[in-house]
Amino acid sequence: MSEPRPAVPGGPAPLAWRVATVRGVSPASAHARTLVLDVPAWPGHRAGQHVDVRLVAEDGYQAQRSYSIASAPEDTGVSLTVERLDDGEVSPYLTDVLRPGDGLEVRGPIGGYFAWDVVAGGPLLLVGGGSGVVPLLAMLRHRAHAGAAARARVPARLIYSARTLEAVIDRADIERLEGATEVDVVLTLTRETGMEWTGRRGRVDRGLLAEAGWPPSAAPRAFVCGPTPFVEAVATMLVELGHEPRHVRTERFGPTG
Amino acid sequence: MLPEEMRLDGNAAGGALRELFARDVTAGLATCGGCGGARPVGALLDYGTPLGVVLRCPDCDHVMLRLTQVGGWLRVDLSGIAILALPNVPAS
Ligand SMILES: Cc1cc2nc3c(=O)[nH]c(=O)nc-3n(C[C@H](O)[C@H](O)[C@H](O)COP(=O)(O)OP(=O)(O)OC[C@H]3O[C@@H](n4cnc5c(N)ncnc54)[C@H](O)[C@@H]3O)c2cc1C
Ligand SMILES: [Zn+2]
Repeated sequence: MSEPRPAVPGGPAPLAWRVATVRGVSPASAHARTLVLDVPAWPGHRAGQHVDVRLVAEDGYQAQRSYSIASAPEDTGVSLTVERLDDGEVSPYLTDVLRPGDGLEVRGPIGGYFAWDVVAGGPLLLVGGGSGVVPLLAMLRHRAHAGAAARARVPARLIYSARTLEAVIDRADIERLEGATEVDVVLTLTRETGMEWTGRRGRVDRGLLAEAGWPPSAAPRAFVCGPTPFVEAVATMLVELGHEPRHVRTERFGPTG
Repeated sequence: MLPEEMRLDGNAAGGALRELFARDVTAGLATCGGCGGARPVGALLDYGTPLGVVLRCPDCDHVMLRLTQVGGWLRVDLSGIAILALPNVPAS
């Protein structure tokens, strides 16, 4: 491995792979786990950015995936929230095998397009499917660190589609953000069969976006993230509803998420 | 699974592109050499693998960028991009 290059704050630099140390692990849902990493010489990040993770087997075989940063820039450590795909190559290692004290190769932070800061303003319309909620939660956590006056200037709404109630990522923290930082949250469950869920069911459709999002006249900044078919369907509907395409930013997680 | 359901976008390519450009380019604007439309690099479609990038125009499907890393070489084909405009303040 090459020497980590010194971080140049705000300055151009290629990204070095660094060996992070897992400081803590905690459950985020029935299928997802949050890893808190200590990354040496971490230059800081913006909400919405991600890291690349690389696993190298003894025979040299490499697997590489991207994971959004779940924590706010203001938080200590770099948190990743990973959903386990039973037949996946990388995610089961991250959710089931890694233990505190273990090392993990990462490079980042990556991205300037799917990133948001309070100064960029709002209103903020966040639409997430599955683990696509992770970078959106980083934005809400970042917004929570701003003062109440700054938050009042940036109203925020989260539309979150999960398969089942037990698959909802960081449900308690979403309720905290909703109650303490004035976020409107609409949760919809696509495959929940249990009767205890009395909330909304079914996919995010045009009616839900029209009802729970802002009208195009409010010019919200939309961030849409999740499985590729979800992201493309939601972005298309937002544009059809009259939102400016350049105000609809997307991040595709691939076949799952 | 259909290739359209597997594809990623320029965000996912951000780390690999940073190897080449030494700065974030996902927030930059790329003008398609095929249809002339301009899009943020983060919004282009990526049909590559985690180890190689193939960015296509979402409007006309033109291949705008190919990047591979083989045998210690970074190889890039940028012939499908007419103009790449980057914010003059490094974004990350
Ligand atoms: C920018 C970005 C940020 C991301 N952030 C997060 C995050 O915060 N949290 C998170 O959990 N995930 C995130 N992801 C998704 C993550 O990168 C991985 O894709 C995910 O963890 C699955 O990886 P895996 O190796 O476990 O599964 P893989 O082995 O990649 O398999 C994924 C799925 O695709 C199927 N599949 C694979 N190949 C084929 C094929 N050829 N044909 C048909 N089906 C196939 C598999 O059966 C499996 O169901 C992000 C992705 C991107 C691009
Ligand atoms: Zn084009």
